[in-house]
Amino acid sequence: MRSKRIFPSALEHEAIYIMREVAAQFERPAILFSGGKDSITLVRLAQKAFYPARIPFPLLHIDTGHNFFETLEFRDWLVKETGAQLIVRYVQDSINSGRVKEEKGKYASRNILQTVTLLDAIEELKLDACIGGARRDEEKARAKERIFSVRDDFGQWDARKQRPELFEMLNGRINPGENVRVFPISNWTELDVWNYIREEELQIPSIYFAHQRKIIERDGLYWPFSNFLNTSEDEIPFNAKVRFRTVGDMTCTAAVMSDADNINSVIEEILEATISERGARIDDKRSEAAMEKRKNAGYF
Amino acid sequence: MEVIRITTAGSVDDGKSTLIGRLLFDTKSIAEDKLQAIESSSLRKGLGYTDLSLLTDGLIAEREQGITIDVAYIYFSTPQRKFIIADTPGHIEYTRNMITGASTASVFLILVDARNGITEQTRRHFYIASLLRIRYIAVCVNKMDLVDFAESVYSSIVREFESLASKTTIRGQQLLFVPIVATHGDNVATPSARMDWYKGPTLLQYLETVDVFALEENLSARMAVQYVIRPQQPAFHDFRGYSGRVVSGAFSKGDKVLALPSMKSSTITSILYGSEEMEHAGSRESVVLSLQDAIDISRGNMLIKADEPLKPVTVFDATLCWMEDTELAAGKVLLLQHGVNRVKAKIESVHSILDIHTMEPNCNKNQFGLNDIGRVRVKLAKPIFAELYADNPSNGAFILIDEFSNNTVAVGFVDQTD
Repeated sequence: MRSKRIFPSALEHEAIYIMREVAAQFERPAILFSGGKDSITLVRLAQKAFYPARIPFPLLHIDTGHNFFETLEFRDWLVKETGAQLIVRYVQDSINSGRVKEEKGKYASRNILQTVTLLDAIEELKLDACIGGARRDEEKARAKERIFSVRDDFGQWDARKQRPELFEMLNGRINPGENVRVFPISNWTELDVWNYIREEELQIPSIYFAHQRKIIERDGLYWPFSNFLNTSEDEIPFNAKVRFRTVGDMTCTAAVMSDADNINSVIEEILEATISERGARIDDKRSEAAMEKRKNAGYF
Repeated sequence: MEVIRITTAGSVDDGKSTLIGRLLFDTKSIAEDKLQAIESSSLRKGLGYTDLSLLTDGLIAEREQGITIDVAYIYFSTPQRKFIIADTPGHIEYTRNMITGASTASVFLILVDARNGITEQTRRHFYIASLLRIRYIAVCVNKMDLVDFAESVYSSIVREFESLASKTTIRGQQLLFVPIVATHGDNVATPSARMDWYKGPTLLQYLETVDVFALEENLSARMAVQYVIRPQQPAFHDFRGYSGRVVSGAFSKGDKVLALPSMKSSTITSILYGSEEMEHAGSRESVVLSLQDAIDISRGNMLIKADEPLKPVTVFDATLCWMEDTELAAGKVLLLQHGVNRVKAKIESVHSILDIHTMEPNCNKNQFGLNDIGRVRVKLAKPIFAELYADNPSNGAFILIDEFSNNTVAVGFVDQTD
């Protein structure tokens, strides 16, 4: 079975090594958990890194309040299944307390607002390391991010001040107030993640597979219709068979038309796909340098 | 599937980003929307062609200045292998980035502009490849279209490079020369009809077949302990496992091992990979070892095979690359990280600093500035179990950390122990 693996096992060995460095070098780490396939992969890697012990860090979910119902349901199942500790912080609370202001207009999304909720949670919980599922193949600015990425007091990322990472040696020493974002699957591609999910037989939320859903068409993308989406009169919802390639909140994740209702057909589709994964993230379309600007501000 | 790590260094004009873009394009690793994005960027800039270099020049500052200033990691795969390219800038002032990119690579791509031949920068890139003891070097002679595809131009570059390489003594170093046109793809993924005199493999054929794993398994078995796993759950009441990554060599169940520095011996009773029981743990694998005897082992300790011993090192000579703006001179105290182990280290003396133009050591200079490479004597507060970088690269490198800023300020290679 192992010899037939398509997934490059070197990537798993590297990710497990990074997980253990986090446990050893930090006092209060957490896994940033969105319920998406990348964070589900992180949970499996953490299980493997520490077996037979339990995962030595909690899962932190920043809840925008605009989730897919299926994702929340899945999150709660996974927590039960793994015995992991779950911590949830809500963007709605940040709005209620006046820390952030809800966006207006048809492109209104809570995607940017969650940065504030996250930074507040890091401060409140005194987290010194947050493990995220970002990958360098997702976007050009991410291609330069380190595995241990140091953030200042304001959660900011400065591309010019990054620590060099040589060989496999990871330097997690930080000053008071600083924290580190850790990216164990930096070197994985979207296809690597899918092959891993298949070979590890991981459960994932059902919205990754083709299903009937009410959608609208806007700017050449298919948006999931929901109460959270501000639509104009000429944007008429219709039913279609779709799936999602990423799982963000409902206002910033576009669907693709698809018949792929199982993992093999999803992988087939990805191999033939002509639209890259982030192409279905509406938040990146705002400008060519959209991702780098959000990272500078402390985004995942 | 195997993962092959490659590094490239080059200047703005030698077509390095275009070559990488070409590899991505020809292996169909660029999605339609990304290709459209760079096509429209190329149009906006008034270029008459699709600038494949735009795929890799990521950061805003870089786009503004038209240069690559950091290390960017780029991915592509063929049905045989997954490739990770560490793409670095080639100028002197980015020596540290080049070394960072090269530190994980097993293949070094050097670009030579056919019009200019071997330059000071080519020599520097080859020096860095040799400093890191990278065994597989692919020299791409680019822009062959601008020298009318002349074999004579190519051959004289090959001869000059070979004479340069004959001065180094890297065990098993292998050179590949390939004449290419990155903008059009000649000899990148498809053989060039315009250079039918070239009979060697295309660059991609070479990358798909080069055997980079041969040496590693033959080295002595070493594992640095990262984290001790003690579940304290009823089902695993007495479980105590040492997690870590095999630095080099291989371990098997039943092997007699020594723990360092305690020198206590025991026998491997189980090897876990996740929840799977294994018979062996190979080089670079992340595993959990359990031992027959309860001996005191903690993070940073090393497990080795009893018949493949290792000596403690407290004073040694090393080649350093300094990565900070501030200067380094003898007497400086820093933290040394060797694998996952940290100890205090003092720079006892500075032997020489490399003149980056002549590639000769300058013994009259005794302070390191940013990007300087030189030789020093290091003294440690506690012994480490390092080997010579030339003998075992995975166990012979270290980084230096400034205790006050916490930045990683240097990388070093152990040259000589007493």
